[in-house]
Amino acid sequence: MTHSLEARTKEETVESRASLRGRIVRNRILRSPRVMIPAVFLVLVTLVSVAAPLIAPQSPTELAAQPLLPPSTAHLLGTDDFGRDVLSRLVYAGRISIGVAGVSVFAATVVGVSLGLLAGYYRGWVETLIMRAMDLVLSFPTIVLAIAIVAALGASVRNVIIVIAIIYTPQFARVVHGATLSVRDADYVEAARSIGAGDLRILRTAVLPNVLAPILVQVSLSLGIAILVETGLSFLGLGAQPPTPSWGNMVSDARPFMEFYPWLLIAPAATIGLTILALNTLGDGLRDALDPRMGGAGS
Amino acid sequence: MSTYLIRRLIYLAFQALAVATVVFLLLRLVPGDPVRATLGQTATPEQVAEVRGQLGLDQPLIQQYGEWMGNLVRGDLGTAITSARPVSLDVGLRIGNTLELIVLSTVVALAVGIPLGVIAALRSNKVTDYALGSLAMLGLSLPSFVVGTVLLLIFALWLGWLPESRYVPWGESPLGHLRTVVLPVLTLAAPFAAVVMRMTRSSMLEVVRKDYVRTARAKGLGSWAITMRHALRNALAPVLSISGLEVVSLFGNTVLVEIIFSWPGLSSLLFDGVTQRDYPVVQGVVLVIAALVMLVNLIVDVAYGVLDPRIRNS
Repeated sequence: MTHSLEARTKEETVESRASLRGRIVRNRILRSPRVMIPAVFLVLVTLVSVAAPLIAPQSPTELAAQPLLPPSTAHLLGTDDFGRDVLSRLVYAGRISIGVAGVSVFAATVVGVSLGLLAGYYRGWVETLIMRAMDLVLSFPTIVLAIAIVAALGASVRNVIIVIAIIYTPQFARVVHGATLSVRDADYVEAARSIGAGDLRILRTAVLPNVLAPILVQVSLSLGIAILVETGLSFLGLGAQPPTPSWGNMVSDARPFMEFYPWLLIAPAATIGLTILALNTLGDGLRDALDPRMGGAGS
Repeated sequence: MSTYLIRRLIYLAFQALAVATVVFLLLRLVPGDPVRATLGQTATPEQVAEVRGQLGLDQPLIQQYGEWMGNLVRGDLGTAITSARPVSLDVGLRIGNTLELIVLSTVVALAVGIPLGVIAALRSNKVTDYALGSLAMLGLSLPSFVVGTVLLLIFALWLGWLPESRYVPWGESPLGHLRTVVLPVLTLAAPFAAVVMRMTRSSMLEVVRKDYVRTARAKGLGSWAITMRHALRNALAPVLSISGLEVVSLFGNTVLVEIIFSWPGLSSLLFDGVTQRDYPVVQGVVLVIAALVMLVNLIVDVAYGVLDPRIRNS
């Protein structure tokens, strides 16, 4: 009885110390321009994509004007070879590119985190089985594996989501596996176990909160790579099918005309570059803010 | 060292077996009939059945698997549906072109990335460091198909300095060949160099705090000797291992780059296989690329073991 009381107090002190650290980290994140500037940019891009029907001046597929018009007040980014408004297409394309990245990375996070927790917590044959399977997926280059799977399943937005989720699951499993190994024998996990908490409860309350930081960084970096893969597959014609716009197929559609109509290329290329740049900068900034070894009053 | 190597080779054998099995299953367990998809809806059921028979697809799965493995051991990757040529023939014709891009990009990326990383570390938290860091971030964030397309637009279409996209074999004109190589290699090397630079920088900063560097300084060695002989050499191990990962992702990026620059390599063979739904081509090329990746990983691991005795004894 006294033992469990002791354990409980121990758990509570650990918790309050953790919440103090949480507050310090939160302040550090909010004051970091490397986190906040890209975060604001990404929120804007996402809002614009979600609200595409309200924001886009024209329909993305309607043949509204003369083809290949230069940028003007009527068409801020000009028109493409079919006379479609480039700005409208760009705004709608964000729904595909950001939507695919969001859904697939979410799926990869859920599956990968679960597998990583299981492998790191239970060790033994569970760990061997899961981590070897993850290594197998990682032994193919991303794009090549993506092409092979899309070739097998057929080119569509849904299949691109499945492919990216499969490819990024191992990344999350690895990160969480490593982080779980480093906390599974910690005092507070031992304490939780000694007061009779079940495995699921321990994983949820003691292990998961302590591996959240690396997961958050990995989510940010994976979103960047997911957009890279989605746009790459669309560029190859293996993603969103015409006339549906995606940032990747807008770049490939622009190629035959880019010598004399470069705005067709510049608009989607700059959007892709800035979005991935924002996600990578955010990931770097978060890693520095969450790492207690990096400067500041942390730890 | 030899037990380490043997253990690593046994692991490689298992990995190769697993990869070959995955590639085999990938195109057989998916819904739909690949032969029907290749021949199109106009093909008669007899034609479909004939091609299925030629490919051995009418046999039980386990027998197909046995034949697939047996053929692989003999270096036979099957026959393409559309061209009726052995897949290994086309792979053999193109593999050199892909490896050329990969080797040159790796050399360029290391030659640019390591010195810039050292400079950034020596000037850490100064303007040079920030400028190089931003440049690296840009290199990491721009997808290769965007960089390749923009380089093509600027240097080939607008300035006309470099050829647009006609591949010139080395035998035809060495100078012409070099001119066609420049843009694809720059495109592939950019993100690789960025990663190498960042890793060299952080690894150097880690190492200069170590005791042996302080000892070297205490012995009165000049800062150049310390940087080169004591710090850089020890800082290179993580650079080496991340370079291995980057070479692996080069195999992926070449797909896009070969298509942008009409480069006759493995990846454009893969792409043609995908668009024509020629699945023996797809599985053959994917398998060859996976094999090359395993080889790269083996080389990196062995090099790592040579550099760091702790690895091979663990």
